[in-house]
Amino acid sequence: MITAPMNSCRHNRDSVRGVLVSLALYLFASVAQAAIIEVREGDRIQDAVNRAAPGDEILVYPGLYSETVYVDKDDITLRGLVEGDNWPHLNGKKQLNDAILYSGNGFSVEWFKITEYKGNAIMGQAGNNFSIRNNWVIDSGVYGIFPEFGENGLIENNILSGIEDAAIYVGMSDYIDVRNNQVFDNVAGIEIENSRHVLVEGNLAKNNTGGILVFITPGLPIKSSYDAIIRRNFVIDNNTPNFGIPGSLVSQIPAGSGIIVMSGDEVIIEDNVITGNNNAGIIITSQDFVTEIATDTGSDPNPDAVQIRDNVMFDNGASPEGEMKLLMLTRFSTTGPDILAYQGATKAERDNCISRRNAYRTYGVDDWADCDSPTIRATDAIAGREPAESTRGIMTKMLPEPAAPRVITADASGAELVYQGICAGCHAYNVRLIGPPTLAIQAQYGQDAGSIAAYIADPEKKRPDFPTMPPQDHLSEPMRQLVAEYMLALTN
Amino acid sequence: MMSSLLSLHCRRNADNTSGTSTCLAHLPSAGRRLLRVLLLVILPGQVAASDKASPAIQFKLVNTCPASFENHDGGCVLRNRYRKYRSLRDAGVGGLKTGLPPLREGFTPQQIDLGRYLFFDPVLSADGSVSCASCHDPAKGFADGRAQAIGIQGQTLMRSAPSLWNVGFLSTLLWDGSKRSLEEQMQGPLYSPVEMGNTPSQLLITLNASATYRALFEQAFGRPSIRLDQVYTAITAFESSLISLNSRYDLYAHGYHEALNEDEIAGLNVFRSFVARCAECHTPPLFTNQQLAVLGVADAPGKLIDTGAEGITSDASQRGAFRVPSLRNIVRTAPYMHRGQKPTLEDAARFYTGGRGHEVPKDKSLMIHWHIWEPKLTDAEITSLAMFLGALTDEAFMPETPKAVPSGLPLRHRLETARDNIAHLGAQ
Repeated sequence: MITAPMNSCRHNRDSVRGVLVSLALYLFASVAQAAIIEVREGDRIQDAVNRAAPGDEILVYPGLYSETVYVDKDDITLRGLVEGDNWPHLNGKKQLNDAILYSGNGFSVEWFKITEYKGNAIMGQAGNNFSIRNNWVIDSGVYGIFPEFGENGLIENNILSGIEDAAIYVGMSDYIDVRNNQVFDNVAGIEIENSRHVLVEGNLAKNNTGGILVFITPGLPIKSSYDAIIRRNFVIDNNTPNFGIPGSLVSQIPAGSGIIVMSGDEVIIEDNVITGNNNAGIIITSQDFVTEIATDTGSDPNPDAVQIRDNVMFDNGASPEGEMKLLMLTRFSTTGPDILAYQGATKAERDNCISRRNAYRTYGVDDWADCDSPTIRATDAIAGREPAESTRGIMTKMLPEPAAPRVITADASGAELVYQGICAGCHAYNVRLIGPPTLAIQAQYGQDAGSIAAYIADPEKKRPDFPTMPPQDHLSEPMRQLVAEYMLALTN
Repeated sequence: MMSSLLSLHCRRNADNTSGTSTCLAHLPSAGRRLLRVLLLVILPGQVAASDKASPAIQFKLVNTCPASFENHDGGCVLRNRYRKYRSLRDAGVGGLKTGLPPLREGFTPQQIDLGRYLFFDPVLSADGSVSCASCHDPAKGFADGRAQAIGIQGQTLMRSAPSLWNVGFLSTLLWDGSKRSLEEQMQGPLYSPVEMGNTPSQLLITLNASATYRALFEQAFGRPSIRLDQVYTAITAFESSLISLNSRYDLYAHGYHEALNEDEIAGLNVFRSFVARCAECHTPPLFTNQQLAVLGVADAPGKLIDTGAEGITSDASQRGAFRVPSLRNIVRTAPYMHRGQKPTLEDAARFYTGGRGHEVPKDKSLMIHWHIWEPKLTDAEITSLAMFLGALTDEAFMPETPKAVPSGLPLRHRLETARDNIAHLGAQ
């Protein structure tokens, strides 16, 4: 990596605006060496993103920034530079929608303080191999951190509070680790929704309405949620009255709920400390738990193969809410349980299990099987010889290799992109579109790509029955040549 | 560059009559007056000419695949850059560089071309008055420009005609999401007494009575006796060839960021923001997640008439649930919503800022979708949103409307388009 000197960055900014240069940047980005682009208070982070090429790191100095940063490129790192109490601070002033939107692969963002946005603090749509670490998010809208449609990601060491829905929301994603985050004073602390292969470990979820949720929400295009480990988290005092947005799913969860699994399958809850949640410590339920939502026949409403293994639980259920209160009254009890299985979750055929059931106050798990309950000895823990009947040997749910990139390696020059994106709009291989067929052009020019490259920069009317071609002089000369060669080489 | 491309589309469309309406706006008023006169002069002659079956026309199906398709071992396969991308769990939903859902493809060039003739031929209807193109007019984004579609003998349907662009990617069809394949879906309108009014046996008799069609089906399917499943296959083949994936938005998505201007990028960021939440249901690359959603748009002020998916499933929680439509070529298909309740895109966008259930009568309750809230979008945001939606327009691969159809019947949808244009001009 090389650090570009500040001055040259600033000089570059204006000249880079030219379409021609930025196209060249785009085309040759993959071969250029990665750079560090520095941003200081008064600059726009987005300008740096626009200048950046894949592999570049954008280093943001402490100071106040008020903008929406969007990253539609691959392999960009946004790194904040924290100096003592001074963070690079993104503030939406309750006027801006989202702080950071990304769609690129290999996106990393760390060391930012994000406050007062209306939508999300950090939102991803389909970016794979992401890393979101060490960010501090306060009162920033609907979701704090929300990767969606992503594969292989790490959400670690973030601190989030005051979020109206889920502070950390993993939506329709696969192979995600959520580790060592602190979430408090939110409606939902951590929500795993319609996602697979997820590890939620070592987080502190405190003073939320609900601490950690694993849901299948009906009506979404990816409909399953399975293979999640909820392990070694502290789920404490999640009794904040629900301030969720009316109509949202989490606005229906009762305050005082530690962990809720709604319809999720193959969820293992192990080695957590779950205390002081006034409704219930753990709730395992079918979709009947929420009512104000349309049925989705493609969505399995019941939780299957859930395992509640050893967790330390006490002081849960001090003042059950709503339906829980009525349920407990049928047992002549005014307190809620440590563990509740509800509606479709109670049945033996769900294949759920629980260990040390007598250690907890439970409701609805009578037909559940027993899970293993291993004793961990010091010698085992020290040597890393974890007992097979626990998940302790599983370190991560992320992929051993990054999710496959979608870079099109055969098109390093970008000629195919330009051809298919621009030329193919008017030229099909053997059919008349707006322009003549590619076959006809090949017949006319043979191997003479240079003449095509020259012609498309400044076309004149050639064929009486076709309109004049619009000039393509916005493409660089080398690109015009490459795309002309590409066109002449096409065989279908 | 892009604006000149768009005007080229217009000029090209002007070559065939079906495209006239898209171009009128570009003509100076004198030109429009001239066009009106020309249309009035030309139309009656055209009707007379095509009313006669013209044995002089020889129909031959093409042996080349449509634009953007490649011939692979006899079947036409889409060539598009999105095919180089993956999507999570192959669901075909995600962000910018996200793969598409599976496409109905692999049909032969002849099957696609036969489908094109069938699509435009009013002979498919009971009385020869309505073709598929009557409600799915290429010049109107393969919709009809009406709030509620009009079927045989002028009968008004309950819902608006959806666009057919990219329909071959969809696994749920119709506003209520009740059909799973185009073959299954098209039997609805073909045999509905209020749409095309035909019967399976009558349709078979009509087609088999036509020597031209027998010859064409032989070219497409290898045998001259026509079966209904071949009719469905051919029309499915044609409809699945209607591809719109090369808009300026797509150039941006593939990495050519100069394709969108600053206002349109601002609109994209509103679109995908978690304040507006448009992309949560209108998810790229098709701009639909193909799910049912209850929006709570009143059918008429203070009235809920259409029960949506509940009418199919009898599940009360699905009252007013409709399939999320794609937004590609959306500027071509006003008015909007299942009953055309919203005349413009901005009206449609503004619905979402009105709050949950604001159009639902007090005495009714609907399970409104959780993403419907009060985003309080500013006027500037709504304007940029509409500008972004305009960047989803791409009709480069518009199929050619046949000059005549094998039955010899007039191309009804063209006449209707021309009449609408005249009415439109007359109103100005």
